[in-house]
Amino acid sequence: MGTESIIARCETLFEDIDFQVVREWKAAQQGRKVVGFMPVYVPEEIIHAAGMLPMGILGGGSDLEVIHGDAFYQSYICRIPRSTVELGITGRLDFLDGMLFPSICDVIRNLSGMWKLMQPKVYARYFDVPQNYQDDVGGVYYQEEMQELRRDLAKLAGHEISDEAILGSIGIYNRHRQLVRDLYALRSAEPWKVPSTEAYLLMRAGMLLPVEEHIEMLKGYLAAVELEDKPRRDNCRVIINGSFCEQPPLNLIKSIEMAGCYVVDDDYMLVNRWLMEEVSTEGDPIRNLADAFLHHSADSAAKYCTKKEEVGQYLLDSVKKNSAEGVIFAAPSFCDPALLERPMLADRMTQHNIPHISFKYAENSGQMQPIREQAGTFADSIKLWS
Amino acid sequence: MSADIQTEVIKEASMLKQKEMIARNYDELTSTAESGRKMVSTFVPGNLNELINCFGMLNNLPEINAINNGMRKKSGAMIMDAERAGHSEDVCTYVKADIGMMSKGNIAPNGKPMPAPDMLLLSYTGCFTFMKWFELLRHEYGCETVMLQVPYTGDGVITDNMRQFVVKQLKEEVIPAMERVSGVKFDIDRLRENLARSAKAEDDLVWVLESAKNVRSPIDAYFGGVYYIGPIFTAFRGTEDAVEYYRLLRGEVEKRIEQGLGPITPEGDMDEERYRLVVEGPPNWTSFREFWKMFYDEGAVVVASTYTKVGGVYDLGFRHDPERPLESLAEYCLGCYTNRNLPSRVELLEKYVNEYQADGLLINSIKSCNSFSAGQLLMMQEIEKRTGKPGAFIETDLVDPRYFSAANVKNRLESYFQMINQKRQSTKVA
Ligand code: SF4
Ligand code: SF4
Repeated sequence: MGTESIIARCETLFEDIDFQVVREWKAAQQGRKVVGFMPVYVPEEIIHAAGMLPMGILGGGSDLEVIHGDAFYQSYICRIPRSTVELGITGRLDFLDGMLFPSICDVIRNLSGMWKLMQPKVYARYFDVPQNYQDDVGGVYYQEEMQELRRDLAKLAGHEISDEAILGSIGIYNRHRQLVRDLYALRSAEPWKVPSTEAYLLMRAGMLLPVEEHIEMLKGYLAAVELEDKPRRDNCRVIINGSFCEQPPLNLIKSIEMAGCYVVDDDYMLVNRWLMEEVSTEGDPIRNLADAFLHHSADSAAKYCTKKEEVGQYLLDSVKKNSAEGVIFAAPSFCDPALLERPMLADRMTQHNIPHISFKYAENSGQMQPIREQAGTFADSIKLWS
Repeated sequence: MSADIQTEVIKEASMLKQKEMIARNYDELTSTAESGRKMVSTFVPGNLNELINCFGMLNNLPEINAINNGMRKKSGAMIMDAERAGHSEDVCTYVKADIGMMSKGNIAPNGKPMPAPDMLLLSYTGCFTFMKWFELLRHEYGCETVMLQVPYTGDGVITDNMRQFVVKQLKEEVIPAMERVSGVKFDIDRLRENLARSAKAEDDLVWVLESAKNVRSPIDAYFGGVYYIGPIFTAFRGTEDAVEYYRLLRGEVEKRIEQGLGPITPEGDMDEERYRLVVEGPPNWTSFREFWKMFYDEGAVVVASTYTKVGGVYDLGFRHDPERPLESLAEYCLGCYTNRNLPSRVELLEKYVNEYQADGLLINSIKSCNSFSAGQLLMMQEIEKRTGKPGAFIETDLVDPRYFSAANVKNRLESYFQMINQKRQSTKVA
């Protein structure tokens, strides 16, 4: 299969706001269950080990008409919760057996309670993670939070979730994360071969497909891409930062590239790359997941940075590793974590003479022209001064 | 909430006491260079005043500074300064007022410069913004920063895991950091004494807040309430001053009940009580007096509010407990209003509407505050459904004057009062 057909499949999945592929997975075997989760991270391994499908929910995108959702949110709140509520009210998520709301911001936190009130029959849990990275403090707390989740999911599944099952799932997700890292590495090395829309759509497909199937898809894409020849453009190399929750419209991602920027790193769907190293498949699986979270997980504005000097270090490291020439801070309007963090990150970039620009978007932003112009000017200025 | 008490009101002893306490506190805060005392910056929800006090340190609360600047009409310029420096128009205006205040020399209400904090105690309780706010402050000050993560009670209960996590952080991170900064060794007996005093003051505060159950309430539990919570939410919980303040206040409210008086307003005692409201959400500070007037001019009394629970929901029974010092500090932090899940917040509001015989629920939705605001429209629907009482929704901001439209708020309130009247008529007819 060539990349074109793989991406076409991803596009179909991306556009389907009724989530047919998940419905089919569930219907294929009696007793199958699906647990939805919102950004930025949940330990999918535990859901997988329960025999359930973890499904990433990233709002309604640019095509969903939000009618009911707006009645639940003031104009100064971002769009992802209202489109997610819309998906819920319109029955588009009626196949979900559970829903997890990770600790990322107060909007998603409060949405967990709204879900409990609006969908009283569906298991809904606010999933907390530690902001304290000491093994015996935050680590112990986090392990128990995961154990609670495991007990809840076991109840939902109707059977225990064994250590062996979780270790097995960790092994599968390790393979998945490695392929995701390979894809990002390839894009960084030869960005003309992996357009950012393609990388994006591939990552999005991973939010819906069973991990095993997504592994095959990634393998297929990586193999196919090597055989294809794509023209190399004189684009500058940029990193996108701040888009870890509500997603920009696909057109925006396309526009940035068309404006002359190769995206060499981003923070879309961090769940696919959250644990940055191989997680041990031996011993206590919950402990292993906690260790990985505390010591080898991705950084984002949703995390507390324990040391002043380390704020933004991850972005600087990424600039270096990916030989980026600039950073585009692209955050959803009204996004507290991204927008509160931005001045600190921007300062850090300025200190290191890394050019940067900022803009805001909503998942249904329609006007791409201003963004294309801004990104184009940015790319031109980088080329001019480099 | 701790800003200067209205000058037009006949001063009651409690008001004078509070004014004196606040003035003394600012003098202490602005004279640490001479006294050598150390200063901790921390937040109102999850404020560990009793503990800070054990180390002889002073407590400075950036939200209170922002409120003071809001009430003095200084916050608007500060916010714009922060926005010019790159802070987004979309984020909490407390943060921007605080950062803008720094750029204007950090002048305290007594006119003297506020010293830089010796320690940032990030009590991450009930609000995500706190976390980034303190990262921003650390960016400026570079002083010792200690984080206390208080888990959100997502299922509406405090689990052992949550409690133990907070206690462990207190023992292994917060207390050692305080010892380091202050040079004072932790003395648990001193903490117990402080906690015992807190509990005493809390008893009297609850009595005062619940006095609004009287039909012809002697207090306003929102506009007046923000003064009543001042000492306990800020630098005084656990002190003899706070015990004395609440004793005086309770005595005064007892007298008002005996005399059949309504709440005190900036223009004197309120006349007839025509509407009894429960209010959800913080007040607007830049037009606080104008906002309040829209209520008392119409005879509307707020009989219960959730804002007066952000620094502790004492009326549900919680008290600081000297027998379980660290556990009770943990439970205090875990139980603050915005750390409760939405269903629990709805239950509390429902209870208030019923127990305080309110005519309905008014939500003042604050643009700045996702912690409070996200989900409030659903909360209103739920309360209307459960109590059969009408709800109303207004939108303002905390300390950004650009988001207070007096005409809109007034219109909205007027139609709400009409709605309540209609509801009363229809219930009578039925
Ligand atoms: S976009 Fe930002 S503010 Fe909105 S839900 Fe996501 S993280 Fe929270
Ligand atoms: S977002 Fe709300 S709770 Fe948080 S600091 Fe601002 S006003 Fe306070």
